[in-house]
Formats: sequence, structure tokens, C-alpha cells
Amino acid sequence: MYVAVKGGERAIENAHRLLAHERRGDRDIPEVSLAQISEQLSLGVDRVMTEGSLYDRELAALAIKQARGDMIEAVFLVRAFRATLPRFGATEPVDTGRMQVRRRISSTFKDIPGGQILGPTFDYTHRLLDPQLAEGFVPELPATSDAPAAAMPRVTDILGRDGLIESSPRADGDVPVGDLTREPLSFPADRDLRLQNLARADEGFLLALGYSSQRGYGRTHPFAGEIRLGEVEVEFSAEDVGFAVPLGSITLTECQMVNQFKGSATEGPCFTRGYGLAFGHCERKTMSMALVDRSLRARELGEEVLAPSQDEEFVMSHSDNVQATGFVEHLKLPHYVDFQSELGLLRKLRQEFAEADSSPPLREAAE
Amino acid sequence: MNAPTYNFAYLDEQTKRMIRRAILKAIAIPGYQVPFASREMPMPYGWGTGGVQVTAAILGRDDVLKVIDQGSDDTTNAISIRKFFGKTAGVATTTNTTDATVIQTRHRIPEGLLHAGQVLVYQVPIPEPLRFLEPRETETRRMHALGEYGLMHVKLYEDIARFGHIATAYAYPVKVNARYVMDPSPTPKFDNPKMDNCAALQLFGAGREKRIYAIPPHTSVVSLDFEDHPFTRYRFDAPCALCGAGDSYLDEIVTDDKGSRMFVCSDTDYCETRQSQGHRGSESAAPHKERAHG
Amino acid sequence: MAETGNGDSDQPLLTAEGLGKSYGHLTACRDVSFALYPGEVLAIVGESGSGKSTLLQLLSAQLTPSAGSVSYRMRDGVMRDLAALGEAERRFLFRTDWGYVHQDPAMGLRMAVSAGANVGERLMAVGWNHYGRIRDTASSWLERVEIDTGRIDDAPRTYSGGMRQRLQIARNLVTEPRLVFMDEPTGGLDVSVQARLLDLMRNLVSELGLAAIVVTHDLAVARLLSHRVMVMKGGRVIETGLTDQVLDDPCEPYTQLLVSSILPA
Repeated sequence: MYVAVKGGERAIENAHRLLAHERRGDRDIPEVSLAQISEQLSLGVDRVMTEGSLYDRELAALAIKQARGDMIEAVFLVRAFRATLPRFGATEPVDTGRMQVRRRISSTFKDIPGGQILGPTFDYTHRLLDPQLAEGFVPELPATSDAPAAAMPRVTDILGRDGLIESSPRADGDVPVGDLTREPLSFPADRDLRLQNLARADEGFLLALGYSSQRGYGRTHPFAGEIRLGEVEVEFSAEDVGFAVPLGSITLTECQMVNQFKGSATEGPCFTRGYGLAFGHCERKTMSMALVDRSLRARELGEEVLAPSQDEEFVMSHSDNVQATGFVEHLKLPHYVDFQSELGLLRKLRQEFAEADSSPPLREAAE
Repeated sequence: MNAPTYNFAYLDEQTKRMIRRAILKAIAIPGYQVPFASREMPMPYGWGTGGVQVTAAILGRDDVLKVIDQGSDDTTNAISIRKFFGKTAGVATTTNTTDATVIQTRHRIPEGLLHAGQVLVYQVPIPEPLRFLEPRETETRRMHALGEYGLMHVKLYEDIARFGHIATAYAYPVKVNARYVMDPSPTPKFDNPKMDNCAALQLFGAGREKRIYAIPPHTSVVSLDFEDHPFTRYRFDAPCALCGAGDSYLDEIVTDDKGSRMFVCSDTDYCETRQSQGHRGSESAAPHKERAHG
Repeated sequence: MAETGNGDSDQPLLTAEGLGKSYGHLTACRDVSFALYPGEVLAIVGESGSGKSTLLQLLSAQLTPSAGSVSYRMRDGVMRDLAALGEAERRFLFRTDWGYVHQDPAMGLRMAVSAGANVGERLMAVGWNHYGRIRDTASSWLERVEIDTGRIDDAPRTYSGGMRQRLQIARNLVTEPRLVFMDEPTGGLDVSVQARLLDLMRNLVSELGLAAIVVTHDLAVARLLSHRVMVMKGGRVIETGLTDQVLDDPCEPYTQLLVSSILPA
């Protein structure tokens, strides 16, 4: 005897309870703390802040814990929270030229004013699993000294002084900066929306697209002009105060790519740029972002649009991993009604096919 | 820590205002997809965020909300969305179609006739009817603006040439107010005629794709077809096994591993209401008194 | 010779005045002026790089001129500057009053959609809503371009090059355009297939009283199809006149060179 299925509500509640239990895992094992996540899994936190588009280490750590380590789920949590926050306004543009640099490298010149500073990097480590890190390893404290007073001009500014690289586009002070969380995206997109879209984009997606451009799908001949990591001051102009008030500093990673030179009827040839910026320490992200930024300028620079990384609509419509995972995973929702109508149609067509097979030849193709 | 506090129905007033403006514009241009700045919601994109944002923007304290998915109030996602509004808005909820003032739905239109004063909010995954014929948004916007729907008809022509019928079973495209071609969301084509000249306001929300569109009450909605291959409603072979209805959309239930099947109303409220009125089908739990007369 | 038939055949259908296109320092074509009359076929000949393809794009409003203008007489008799047309008008023109035959038929067809749908699309775009009538019309056009009507449900992916080209022609002619642009219509086809196709095109143009502008590097094509010819070199028109006259008795040394370099058949 068939009874219509009921009890969905109870099933959901039980599922949530089970999830909370699994999330905690073995209760004899100490609970992981937000401070531990923020300190010792800091690159994960940095990624969640960047793609979540919100600078708050504690919240990002909480999101990672609540998401059980699923980074895209964590990004989703941060984004949903961000959507509820009131907006007081926009800060002054940060000046990465005045960054307190902890790491800074350039592959375009052997040496540069301010020097090549390796900083804390996985580069040149040997990827050998180290059992020492399993428990109780105490690394030695680094030596410290005063920061050098030497200036650290951007490599792209050095090239720019001689006119060798296109100038960085100047923003029009009167035109408000676009915000794709406040207005719907439409194409063609201006640079401000494009960079915002890429900054929030899934790192893996940008990585693959950047990689494809290096392998020939829309080559841009990139060089890493400069990658720098460090702290920058954030300032806010409060109307009643009349000047910019420093709010504190945040950690940023910036990448400037130097790409294939280009000229026009009115200007001599010079290098072109790609730009990447992220919260925290995210080199792979900023480098990929800079590669894709440059690829997406194909039309603007009069290049043929042939490869996926150059296709603005393709890249920007599919870069958001929260949207992407929502839609991919929505296939788990019941679809039995639409499936039912497909079944009905298919059965009808199969029936007609069977009849046609058995009926005399020379049947009309239509009607 | 920065602990969150939430507004009535979750969305802040600025956002509601933005969505309402989009809704008004959509009502003024029936069938036209109005872009809007969809917010990140606490449920994933693709799981009804568009419908939820529309509902949240129009919900008032005195509204009565019904939420269905696949026609049923008891499917997991419908429950989840109903609980969400229960928690963030505290509005009265119901499973009764007639009592509801706002009905949020995924993939079905209720069987019972809707009346003036009701709003039907559809959850839409892909708002663009031409999307699978032309993937570029820039191109489809142009086609809508210029009323160039030849490509749509090419698809229908091909279906007839290949299958002898138009091979679209759900999300069957319609022409609204004799101007815009619209995707009704993945409702079965069985439901299309209900949209025409409907007494209720119909709103469509696509969160991930960031579009809102609308059909004002008593607007013409015509399913696309050819004169010599007119749109036909799908008919089931047998009435509902529980309530005997002969005119409702039926779910197919596989009852054992030998392939036995049963067909019951997809609209659970409709079916239960009919049963409470004494209608019976062949498999009804209650003792038979008389055969179903539909 | 083509029958023009209609009363306003003394009014030009398309005129170009001082037409030119440059890209920075590079000039693709310049100073092109002519008038095309209803039912007249004009060939634009020259080697690759002569500017003839750019000119065709300018004349069919697919490129905006850097200098000069192109004007077209609409069905209501009014002469309109193409640069002043709105996008909706231009697209409508392209789908009804004009045809454009690409050198590569795949550019002018929907390869994955049946021949019937390819030919019927323009009809559906202007509101035809009866499947049977659309299909019958498509079928009769297939017949006219000598494609076996039994293949109406096959996609052009399954057609030979010559068949695809004929299908492209049918797709363009179904709305009875008054002007057809052709870009190397027989390029890439076997010589024997070319001959058949040219014959077909000549007959259709004549029967339907079409005006046409045909870009080709092949003088034999020009001779077979056109009433008048314009010879281009380095972006300029260096010689123009009645086809037979120009090809039998060329004035310019370059034209003489072109004519004399035709290999004997």
C-alpha cells in the first residue's frame, strides 16, 4: 500500500545534527581553534578572505572550521555574511608603492633598486614530506634587523619612466568605481568590473586559464615584472573630519606582469600590462589573475580573440566558484517533474518509432 | 566578533528597494528579463536564491506563505525555504493553495485556480529561452531587443523534421503579451496554459543569472508552435491513483523492483484536498465508497 | 542579359561615393565611386591584397568607412545612407532585401541544422508560421538550386562543397532579395563543380532580376556572370567598364597583365 512520502522536515533536522557530529569528529581529539587555523593554516585563510571578498581573519577561520576544510564552502559562508554588512563607503585607493615589503621579486631584471627579497616562500623548497612537522617541531626564530631605508620602486614604474611599458590606466576621479555586488554585470565590462570579477574568482579556474595562455591558447609572452607581499595602510575619508583617517593595515599580494609589446598608428610599441591583487599571501592567485587580465584585454589591444582565456563573457561568467558550485550541486535537488515530462515524450517517440518500424515503408518524414 | 543581526525577511531595506524596482520594471515590460544585482544568500545559487530574493522583497507581515517544489510542500528544499522565512520573517505559512497570498514554487504551477491578490513566485535556473541555441548574452540581448526569434523557430522546425513533434517537454518557450519570448522555468509544458490570462501576478526570479521577469495578471501567454503543429497539452493515460483526478499532472512512483508503477498527483495539496472531499482513486488508503468522477 | 523589369530601373539601387577604409597608416581601399542599377551584376576583380574584400564589406555595411559613403535604395524608393541606418534596420535589410554569399559556405550556413531549416530560417524570421508551407518552400528552392529534395532533412555537414554552396545560395534567395553580395563564390571548388555552379548562378540572377556585386580574382567568373567589371589594384579602382570590353580590350597595363595571365582552359 503506497503512502505519500512525508517527514522531510524531520529528515533535514537529523541531517544537520549528523553533520554537526561529523564535523566535530572524534571527541577525544582536541577541537581545532580559530587561532590555530588563522596562524598555522594561514594561506587557507588568505584564500578564503580573497575569494570571500572580506578581510577578516577570524571570520575566515571560523568559515573554514564550519566548512570542515571545504574551501569553496568556506568562501560561500564569508560571502553570505558579507552580503548582510552595511556599507559606510569606500576607502582611499591603497598605495602598494608604499607597502611595508616582506617579499619582493622580479624576473625581468637580475637586480633592482631595493633588491630581490625572497621572504617566506615555498619556492626552492624540496617537496619532501617532512615527518618532523607531524608533532612538536619548533623552528628557530629568525634574526631581525632594521628595515632598510632604501626605496623600493615598482619595476613597472622603472620601465614606465623610459616609456617602455604602457602607462597604468588612470581612473577618472569623477566616475564612481563599479561594484558587481551592487549592479548586475553586463558585457563588454570595464576594467574596474573585470578586475573585481577576477579578484573574487576561483583560483583554480584562473590558474587553468593562465596556464592555457602560456601553452599557446592566446599567448601573451608574459614576464613577472614584480611580485610583492607586505602590509599597506588603509585610509578612509570621513566627510566631517576633512582628511583621510588611517584605519589600520592589511596584508596584500600584488603581481604585475609585463607582456607582449604592442604599438599603434599613433604610439610607438611598448610592453603591455596584466595586474593581479589579493588579500594575504596569494601568489598563485595574483599571477594567474594578471595573466588572465592581460588575455582579456585582447579586444582592447586589437588582438584576435581565439582562446577561452581571451573570451570575456566566458571567463567572467564562470569565474565565481560560489555561483558555479551552487548550480552544479543543484542537480541534487529533485527534478522528477521535469524528468517525468521527458519520460513521457521519450515513451511517445519510442512508440512511434516502433510503429514506424513495423508499418509499411515510404512513411512521410513529417506530419 | 562581528555578530550578524538580520532585517525582516533577511534582506536589508536597500536591497529590497532595489529588487522592488526591478520587479516594477519587469511588470511594466511583461516577459522582459530585467537585470538585477542578486545578493549572496544563505542558500546556494541554483537552489532558489532568485525566488527567495523576490519573495523576501515583497513579503509583508500579514502575508501567508506557501512554498512548493515539484508540486509538493514536503520536499526537502521547499521545507528548507519555508523554514528560512519562518525564521527571518515570522510570517504565517500554509500548505493550502487557496489560503496563501504568496506562493513560491519550483518547477510546477498549482493545479487549483489562482485568484486575484495572489502572487506566484517562480524559481528560475536559466532565464534565457535562447541560451542553448546561442550561448552569448550579448547576442541574445540583441535578439530580444530586435524581436529576432527566428533561431527559436529553427529549433522547433528541426524537432518536427527529426521527431515529428516539437521535442520540448518542459521549460517550453512562450510569447508574452505578443512581444517577448520567455522561458517559463522548468515547469512541464502541461502547466503552460495556466500562465495565460492568470488572475494572479506571476514573478520569476533567477538569482545566479541575476534576472527578474514578470507576467502581470490577465496577460496573454502563448506557447510557441506552428499553425499546422499546434501546442498540445500532455495527457496522462490514467487518473490519479489516490484521488482520481483526471486533469492534474501526475508523478510516476515505482512501487516494486518488478517495474510496477503508480501515478499520483504531483500537487500534494490538490490531491489531499480532493481526498478530503471524498474523491477516491484506485489505490486510495481509505475504503472505497464510489468510483472517482474527476 | 538580365531583365530589370521594374519601372525604376533607371534609378540606381546602390551608390558608392569616395568610399575608403584605412587602418592607421594602412589604406585598404580609397576613392571608390560607382552606381549599381537593379538587375545589374558588377564584378570586382583583383589579386589578393587589392582591397576588393574590404570594399565588399564596406558596401554591405559590415565595416564603417573611413571616408565617403554608401547609399541604398530601400523598397519604399528612398535612398538611404547605410551609415545612418539603425542596427535593427541594417539587420532587417541583411535578412530580407540583401543576400551575402561567403566564399566558405560554412560561414553562411548553420552546419549542424538541416538544409530545410537553413533555407526556412529567413522565412521564419519574417513571421512564417506554418511548418508545411515553410518546408514546401524550402523544398522548391532546393530543387531550384539542383539539390536532391530527399536531402532536405540532412545537415550541410553531410553535403559536398558544391552542394553547400548551392544551399547557401538558396538560403539567401528565399526572401527574394534585390541585391546579392558574393565573395569568391566559387573559390575552393573543383573546376567542373565551379562551371555548374556559375551556370546556375547566372540563370538564377537572370530569372530573378537580381543585382549582384561579385568579388573574384578569377576573370572567367567575371566574364560569365557580370555586365560590368571594376579592376582593383593597391586599394584603388584602376579600370572600369563593360565586362566584355574591359576583358577583350584592356587599357591599363595591369589589367592587360591580368587578362594575359589567364591560363588557357
